[in-house]
Amino acid sequence: MSFDWPTALPLIFAGLMGLAILIYVILDGFDLGIGILFAAAEDAEQDTMIAAIGPFWDANETWLVLAVGLLLVAFPMAHGVILTALYIPVFVLLVGLILRGVAFDFRAKVPTERKHRWNRIFFLGSLIASLAQGYMLGVYVLGLDVGLGGMAFGVLVAFCLAAAYAAMGAAWVIYKTEGELQKKAVRWLRTALVLTALGMAAVSLATPFASPRIFDKWFVWPEMLYLSPLPILSALLFLWLWRQTFHLPKPDDRHSLTPFLTLAAIFALGFAGLAWSFYPFVVPDRLTIWQAASAPESLAIILAGTVIVLPIIIFYSFYAYRVFGGKATDLTYD
Amino acid sequence: MDPLILSRMQFGANISFHILFPTITIALGWVLLFFKLRYNATNDSAWMRAYFTWVKVFALSFAMGVVSGVTMSFQFGTNWPGYMEKVGNIAGPLLAYEILTAFFLEAAFLGIMLFGFRRVSNRIHTLATVLVAGGTTVSAFWIIALNSWMQTPAGFEMRDGVAHAVDWWAIIFNPSMPYRLTPMLLASGLTVSFLIAGLSALRYLTGDRSESMWKALRTGVFTAAILIPIQIFAGDQHGLNTLEHQPQKIAAMEANWNTGPNVPLVLFAVPDEAARENKFEIAIPDGASLILRHSTSGVVPGLNDYPGNHPPVFPVFWGFRIMVGTGILMLLVSWSAAFFLKRRHGLPKPLAMLMVPMALSGWLATLAGWYTTEIGRQPWLVTGVLKTADAVGPVAGSHVALTLATYLVLYVLLLIAYLGVLVHLALKAAKDGDSSPLPGVMNAAMSQPAAGE
Repeated sequence: MSFDWPTALPLIFAGLMGLAILIYVILDGFDLGIGILFAAAEDAEQDTMIAAIGPFWDANETWLVLAVGLLLVAFPMAHGVILTALYIPVFVLLVGLILRGVAFDFRAKVPTERKHRWNRIFFLGSLIASLAQGYMLGVYVLGLDVGLGGMAFGVLVAFCLAAAYAAMGAAWVIYKTEGELQKKAVRWLRTALVLTALGMAAVSLATPFASPRIFDKWFVWPEMLYLSPLPILSALLFLWLWRQTFHLPKPDDRHSLTPFLTLAAIFALGFAGLAWSFYPFVVPDRLTIWQAASAPESLAIILAGTVIVLPIIIFYSFYAYRVFGGKATDLTYD
Repeated sequence: MDPLILSRMQFGANISFHILFPTITIALGWVLLFFKLRYNATNDSAWMRAYFTWVKVFALSFAMGVVSGVTMSFQFGTNWPGYMEKVGNIAGPLLAYEILTAFFLEAAFLGIMLFGFRRVSNRIHTLATVLVAGGTTVSAFWIIALNSWMQTPAGFEMRDGVAHAVDWWAIIFNPSMPYRLTPMLLASGLTVSFLIAGLSALRYLTGDRSESMWKALRTGVFTAAILIPIQIFAGDQHGLNTLEHQPQKIAAMEANWNTGPNVPLVLFAVPDEAARENKFEIAIPDGASLILRHSTSGVVPGLNDYPGNHPPVFPVFWGFRIMVGTGILMLLVSWSAAFFLKRRHGLPKPLAMLMVPMALSGWLATLAGWYTTEIGRQPWLVTGVLKTADAVGPVAGSHVALTLATYLVLYVLLLIAYLGVLVHLALKAAKDGDSSPLPGVMNAAMSQPAAGE
């Protein structure tokens, strides 16, 4: 069998897009989560929490632009269908992202008496953006169903994702801070994990009823067997992380990055499960990745650039994270 | 209401709000690099103070640009799905390359540029500034390439109603591309130089005579004085390019209803599209023929050659005049300010007071210019390929109206907050003068020495 580019290219791009979304969810997940946790933090703690994400958030959000960009350029048909169907949630997401993005900067530059206002806007924007993303995911899982049932399912996923982001945020605070705030973050992490677990249980129970198609994809022999590592591994990681939270923070700050990495792994497993649920559709039940794809010659020219540039991007992103490695200190323009 | 006109208003509102901030960051990145290099060369801490004042403006503008830019990336799908379906094969790769080669570069090194002065060596910090400035410029390159392809498409063929790329070189360097990129980069330079000059004039008016104020003021005024004649020349070249490739746009810009020789240059008029004539016209005889054809008897295209296929006349005519009028004002102000700074080593108060509102003249001229060229492309979204009306999505008018209203309220509030912070930063810098604490040294192991210590 010779290698068939017109078949392979859409598949490669679906993979790239999935990768971009996964990286986005993990990276922007922690800074959105920190925004949500703002509501529970004191003034001085808020400054430290901002310092823990200040140099990164912009690059984190760029992964969303890349994901939407890939959807736009590789699957123009799907891009139109999905985004017109999700018109209002997308709008809510954008308002949330706009508010929190500018609040980052305004809170540091306005006269002191107005700082509180921007702190509140930062929290609200982060929460709105997280909920909107979860809602969109829920509705998308159900094939862009916007009936009452679909909306209820969307709301459920919205709360679940917001709780998961808060857990990511808490895990990042554990990694980037020390002392009282770090201990507080461990408590936040526990609360967020409980909420996430409740949400995930509800979503898992609701999915078979909400989408028989996905149910059928998972619960047939022998696929069930091949797929079983995904949920089992996730559950084990989850329980292990839960037990860890009782030992954190550890002496010499060992394993402070572990909660974050564990959560990232759980996100990745969940994401793989979602990908399996959709494949080969890019718009559930309507458009497959091949039906929605751009012309092969256009995909090829993007791929050529991506193959060269993506490793460079990942390299300098790591570099930027390393420059700002270690515990967060006051963020000043120097 | 009609989803088409609402979607157009929404796109117009979003992109107008968005372009304000890249217009600042594209050139401000290079100005910051200039401050940094002057500091490296002279070791004069005033340069670094100017840098730290303006890097805050850069950070805020960049954040505003990012969040409004994310909105743009969704807009194509939410409101204009027909666009990507028809020309996605062309627009897609151009946008993808913008994200891959520019966005990530800017975003990753912005953190180091803003907060890394104490964490990396001076050389790396300068390099980060170069990469961020370069990233913004590369971003402008790709987006202008796409925009000018929509104006003057080339290098493609239509198969089954969908555009397919044939020659990427011809697509990127399409006939009007260089004539759009140059004025846009110059517009960014002018916007930033007037912004710096204007806010420095504000500091001057409050009695601030610090070295960092002088350095910023001189940088702003002299850059503006140098760039504005170049921009006028580039604008003239762009006009001639448009005459060749989009004559109907020229006809609308000049409000010229009938093709013919000896066409006057209309200075003021109220174009009436129903009656196909100009009301209250004030014109210079043969002016348009002279400018466009370099001869009084030169034939200038008229709107009568494009029945039902030309842009709306009123906004294009006036958008062009506002741009040119602002440009002339910029020339007068920057040259007189340059004169006073060179010869008198100070600014007369009235001139300084005029320079403060002129801080936003770059925004006005840039927006007027974009409105002229974008409305001037109508009724086409991609000239000769896709009409705007055929690209609009199936979203209900009420949804579009609701979101449009929210965006507008949000944008007005954010603009007020943004301008408030700019003034606040300028006044704070004026109050601190040369005594503002310079960042550096204190507590970090890898820290660089603060200047002058």
